[in-house]
Amino acid sequence: MKLPIYLDYNATTPTDPRVVETMMPYFTQTYGNAASRNHQFGWEAEKAVEKARDLLGETIGGSGREIVLTSGATESNNLAILGAADFYKDKGRHIITSPIEHKAVIDPCQALEQRGYEVTFLDVDADGCISLEQLEKSIRPDTVLVSLMAGNNEIGTLSPLEEIGKITRKNGVLFHTDATQAVGKIPVDVERMNIDLLSCTAHKMYGPKGMGALYVRRKKPRVRLSPIMFGGGHERGMRSGTLNVPGIVGFAKALELCRDEMESEAERQTALRERLHKRLRAALDHIKLNGHPTQRLPNNLNVSFGYVEGESLIMGTSDIAVSSGSACTSASLEPSYVLRALGIGDDLAHSSIRFGVGRFTTEEEIDYTADKMIFAVKRLREMSPLYEMAQEGIDLSTVEWTPH
Amino acid sequence: MAYSEKVIDHYNDPRNVGSFTKNDDQVGTGLVGAPECGDVMKLQIKVEDEKIVDAKFKTFGCGSAIASSSLATEWVKGKTLDEALAIQNTEIVKELSLPPVKIHCSVLAEDAIKAAIKDYRKRQDIAIESPAA
Ligand SMILES: Cc1ncc(COP(=O)(O)O)c(C=O)c1O
Ligand code: FES
Repeated sequence: MKLPIYLDYNATTPTDPRVVETMMPYFTQTYGNAASRNHQFGWEAEKAVEKARDLLGETIGGSGREIVLTSGATESNNLAILGAADFYKDKGRHIITSPIEHKAVIDPCQALEQRGYEVTFLDVDADGCISLEQLEKSIRPDTVLVSLMAGNNEIGTLSPLEEIGKITRKNGVLFHTDATQAVGKIPVDVERMNIDLLSCTAHKMYGPKGMGALYVRRKKPRVRLSPIMFGGGHERGMRSGTLNVPGIVGFAKALELCRDEMESEAERQTALRERLHKRLRAALDHIKLNGHPTQRLPNNLNVSFGYVEGESLIMGTSDIAVSSGSACTSASLEPSYVLRALGIGDDLAHSSIRFGVGRFTTEEEIDYTADKMIFAVKRLREMSPLYEMAQEGIDLSTVEWTPH
Repeated sequence: MAYSEKVIDHYNDPRNVGSFTKNDDQVGTGLVGAPECGDVMKLQIKVEDEKIVDAKFKTFGCGSAIASSSLATEWVKGKTLDEALAIQNTEIVKELSLPPVKIHCSVLAEDAIKAAIKDYRKRQDIAIESPAA
């Protein structure tokens, strides 16, 4: 077993060597500009791009002609939201989303609020689930877009895409989903789920960084977007810029591998995650699972270790790469807005650790991680005034603190 | 974030972790911070003749907060109460090479020292007053 152990697969993934291999010739041999229509270099690049595009589109239940290639999910989300808001502004200026979306969805929505649009942030329950009833009630005549993520990057909770799609379709509003964490891990089908716009990115599925896609439905309904970048008119005018041919080829290969191994990998990774969770729970009290217990990404485990601050825990387990919702790990000194939205309490948000398992995670690594975490939590609890007070039976919510 | 060697040293080998009984008249307890801010420090001093003879701490917080409070217990030991009151957070920042985002961890340690001394003095006042009453 090699140290350090990487358990942050929800942040990014290593590029699979098979993907790198597929990409290599497109740097040095087939290096033409896919938009060059008058020579072989261009044709070959274009051919490779079209093949990749078809694979990307078909894997999610659409077609290659519905794929707009981008620089990643951040750009895809921005294009979907800003592009649809602008194109349909005469129909209405109301958007519905949720407070636990990725910043790449929340921030463009808030930018639109500055420009006079209205945004409804749905409530989420303690597991991070929205209410379909509230969603339906929130749709108004001037609503143009509903944007709800497929799987949450911090807590792993999945959205009921099929049910959401039924509601949006029935009410004639567009449905965008940020499926960055879901595509490649769980089945996603734009037809069955009535998805009109879908964002994803290669680096969460063992592909290269800086490569993403936006699915834009072409029929029933035909979705139109205003571009957010202007230039050579690539990607049906929706996204100008010379195509990243090696990246595109790598993206398709990465998705193909995920698709072919999806069922067995989902099962294997769920088992690893559960093994870690069980071991932690068996050895430690005051552990809280964040996110939905079953409706969650196969590879994500997010737990709060009560009375222990997340950053200090990460420091004590420095040969394991994980992330925390603690404010101390962020420049803003605010704990994770996702955990706050669930109403779990800022103290538990500060105590949270996200584990993301992946293709290259082994059982040995999980056992090592569990042992290390248990040791570090016990040590830090001996040092924790809060744990001491809790042991003494003091209700921490009745203590007069001095927030600063 | 990369930690300084001294922070890592205090984190791995914290000095003076523990608790004194709170009701001892010789003991002053400072409890500062708040769980929802992600940092709570408890610093206790044991005093004889205006001099701090022992100190203990427990901290819920990041590595820098643990190091700041560990260092604070080391520094106050052997000092008079007035000398301990003069300890500034900037000295802790310097000693531990804390980056700007971690300055508040050192502020908390300074606050904890001051709170412990204040608590000790309050207890003395009560202890002196009560026999007379
Ligand atoms: C849910 C979600 N959306 C969007 C992004 C942003 O993706 P990218 O890094 O490709 O811009 C991420 C990854 O950080 C994510 O997890
Ligand atoms: S306790 Fe939060 S940054 Fe130190």
